[in-house]
Amino acid sequence: MDDPQASLEPTKGNSALFKLNYPRIQIPLEITLWMLLASFAKIGFNMYHKITIWVPETCLLITLGLIVGSIMYFANEEPPAVHTNTVFFLYMLPPIVLESGYFIPIRHLFENIGTVVWFALVGTLWNSFGIGISLFAICQIDAFGVHDISLQENLLFASIISAVDPVAMLNLFEDVSVNEQLCIVVLGESIFSDVVTVVLYNMFNFQAKKEVVKATDVLLGIAEFLEVVFGGLIFGIVFGFVAAFTTRFTSKVREIEPLFIFMFSYLAYLIAELFSMSSVTAIVMCAITMKYYVEENVSQRSCTTLRHVIKMLASISETLIFFFLGIATITTEHEWNWGYILFTLLFAFVWRGLGVLVLTLIMNPFRTIPFTFQDQFALAYCGLRGAISFALAFTLPDFIGRKNLFVTTTIALILVTVFIQGITMRPLIGLINIRKTNRNLYTINAEIHCRLMDHTVAGIEDICGQYGHFYWKDKFMRFNDRILRKILIRDRRAESSILALYKKLELQNAMLILDVVSGDISAAPSIISLYEEKKSSSKPNKLLAVEVKKMHDILSKNMYKIRQQAVSFTSKHALPNDSQPREIVIRRHNSIRRSLQSHGFHRAVKTFFFLHVPDVQENMSEVVYPSRTPSPGPAPLSSPLREVPSVHDRGKSGRTRHGMSRTSSSYSDSHVPAPRRHSKSSTSDKNSAGNFREPHHKAEEPEQQQRPLSPPTAWAAEPKDNVTQHPLLRQPQWNPKKM
Amino acid sequence: MGSRASTLLREEEIEEIKKETGFSHSQITRLYSRFTSLDKGENGTLREDQVNFRGFMRTLAHFRPIEDNEKNKNPTASEPLNSRTNKLLFAFHLYDLDRDDKISRDELLQVLRMMVGVNISDEQLGSIADRTIQEADTNGDNSISFNEFIKVLEKVDVEQKMSIRFLH
Repeated sequence: MDDPQASLEPTKGNSALFKLNYPRIQIPLEITLWMLLASFAKIGFNMYHKITIWVPETCLLITLGLIVGSIMYFANEEPPAVHTNTVFFLYMLPPIVLESGYFIPIRHLFENIGTVVWFALVGTLWNSFGIGISLFAICQIDAFGVHDISLQENLLFASIISAVDPVAMLNLFEDVSVNEQLCIVVLGESIFSDVVTVVLYNMFNFQAKKEVVKATDVLLGIAEFLEVVFGGLIFGIVFGFVAAFTTRFTSKVREIEPLFIFMFSYLAYLIAELFSMSSVTAIVMCAITMKYYVEENVSQRSCTTLRHVIKMLASISETLIFFFLGIATITTEHEWNWGYILFTLLFAFVWRGLGVLVLTLIMNPFRTIPFTFQDQFALAYCGLRGAISFALAFTLPDFIGRKNLFVTTTIALILVTVFIQGITMRPLIGLINIRKTNRNLYTINAEIHCRLMDHTVAGIEDICGQYGHFYWKDKFMRFNDRILRKILIRDRRAESSILALYKKLELQNAMLILDVVSGDISAAPSIISLYEEKKSSSKPNKLLAVEVKKMHDILSKNMYKIRQQAVSFTSKHALPNDSQPREIVIRRHNSIRRSLQSHGFHRAVKTFFFLHVPDVQENMSEVVYPSRTPSPGPAPLSSPLREVPSVHDRGKSGRTRHGMSRTSSSYSDSHVPAPRRHSKSSTSDKNSAGNFREPHHKAEEPEQQQRPLSPPTAWAAEPKDNVTQHPLLRQPQWNPKKM
Repeated sequence: MGSRASTLLREEEIEEIKKETGFSHSQITRLYSRFTSLDKGENGTLREDQVNFRGFMRTLAHFRPIEDNEKNKNPTASEPLNSRTNKLLFAFHLYDLDRDDKISRDELLQVLRMMVGVNISDEQLGSIADRTIQEADTNGDNSISFNEFIKVLEKVDVEQKMSIRFLH
């Protein structure tokens, strides 16, 4: 960048008022501008929803980078040099892996740990060595002019390009509801292949310096590999526990709670680097270990902050990396070697496909649900290369003679996989008949009975002690309950899982009741039409398909959802999706209905307030709600506040929920047939009193089904008629511990 | 955990249960320890006198995944507890509380009400129940018999739905 200051000063003379001091802020400014640009790009992509369905976001980012790169190239500017080894490994990589480690669904991971590790570890090794050796064989052919690349260098290169990043595909898999075994393998593979790749990279980097590879070197390499990974594991676990322990005492310093988490994770990373252990493993293990305890200890807001910030940092990191990929494609000096590059592409595909096939063959007998060929195809095809490959290639040390070739090849591979595989994946998945999690049910019968069966199975699974029960997990959970929880969690009650589950579910149930819904309003017309059909049609068999559809809609929106064994995976570019109830709601509807009918939902609601205070029950009774309940609606608002229906002992905070769900009731037999709409504002700003509004519908309006309905996402800033600033819906101000 | 359980559960019993339900030895011992630990749980729902271990296992046996080799073993022997028909029978009995081998409209309504939130009115639920019976009922008696039940679910992969992986 030219320095305007030097050029400015002579011209400006001694104008002391107007000085441009560009060099001083150059680097931070550039970084900020890049980040802003990438973020704007993201906004842009997500505006056109159609694009994001067909084209993975990474494609778009790279494209943007290409565009900017070409602009820079023609403007003859240098891209900012943020891709040094230090910057990448110390600043850009940790957030990415922290995010993968934090959001991985732990239970599912450990249930499938064998498969995941098998694919990730052995698969990556297979890929590395396979590609490396075959490329070395190619190098021997003089025709390509790459004779000088040694075996070590080939292996090094191969290890770089075997880091797969299939998480971009998870979004797609979820959309198409691919079976969850595949999803978890994909997720786990991306994390662990990162681990393996970085370790291999370091190892081969070291080896590449040597001229000859001896047998002892190989053995040493293996030993080093194991040592590094296990060392990282131990560091991670230790730091995880320390972090969890620390959060036990942070109740007075809520504002900096997330800081502890970040610092400890980063510390784990750095200390592991210090000892040349696998820092990636360390930070991943740290995140996995501490997540459970931390999320119990910290306040709701800290939890949200934590998630948001982790996601944000990871997103920034990755965006920047892909961005630079695009730029680097244009601006760096390339060395293009047709033979090498094409063969690399070929081998990458071939070895991955082979790898998946062979590994699945070996693995399938041990699995209860074996992988079908479609699964294998999807797994093989979704091996996109991503940010890590590029960064590793870019930071290759300079003594590697053919560094530029490697960089070019890596870029080529990434572009090919991301664009071609990324874009064609969706139609292909549709074509092959992959095993899906959901099934299409055609009859009402099937839907109801299936739901019943799902409930039954969920219950039996609980009785048996969880899905896919492992002996070690059993042991660990008992160890956890007896010892770890007592040490690491502030709230020292060791709870049985069923009780904890029950509490969580009740909370979720309450929040569902509070939320706005669209479904039931649209179901309302169907009451009338169903009625009419019943009256008018002489033959009850004559129900239209439309009616059936309406019934399906009603059912699907209103039936309690089964606790999904398939966790919805947190995609790379989005926060965990908490809007769907993930658990079956235990049947409390009787008491809820009673409450709803006689007193409105408020009575039920107030019990469930998500507060992080252990003994809400007692405090609830102290609440003095200002009696300004001017609502003309049914008068449930005043007295029942004192009585608390006995839901559970403590209103421990669950996860706050965004999003829509059902209205409370169109209950029939009582005086309030009207569905109510409740707007609940974003939970992140709970402290403002004006957040809750409650549009009341007059109970006596029978024709209100014809009302124009406001869109369900109306965080009604303009309340509808009869708005009450309902005090119940406000965050109770008496809560001292709420931050 | 293993040793404590097996002393309370005799070998012959394990063999009998094995024959009856098809679980393996280690699965049975593990489930027994689960049974006893549930027994002491806070809820106190599982008592020896109310649901004994045999009954527990018999119920659980319904949820064993169907294995291919079982189908060929001895076609003359009675169906194992986890066959498709038996699984469906289990589900059927969840509805049919009075055991008259028919799911009446009321029984259906009861179950539906349990499965559904507070938001559906009784009329809606009633019409859904009517529709359900109407779809399934072939002999016009306004209730669903077991055969009709089987027929309605013929396209559904019941074997997979009503199965739990009992890993040991």
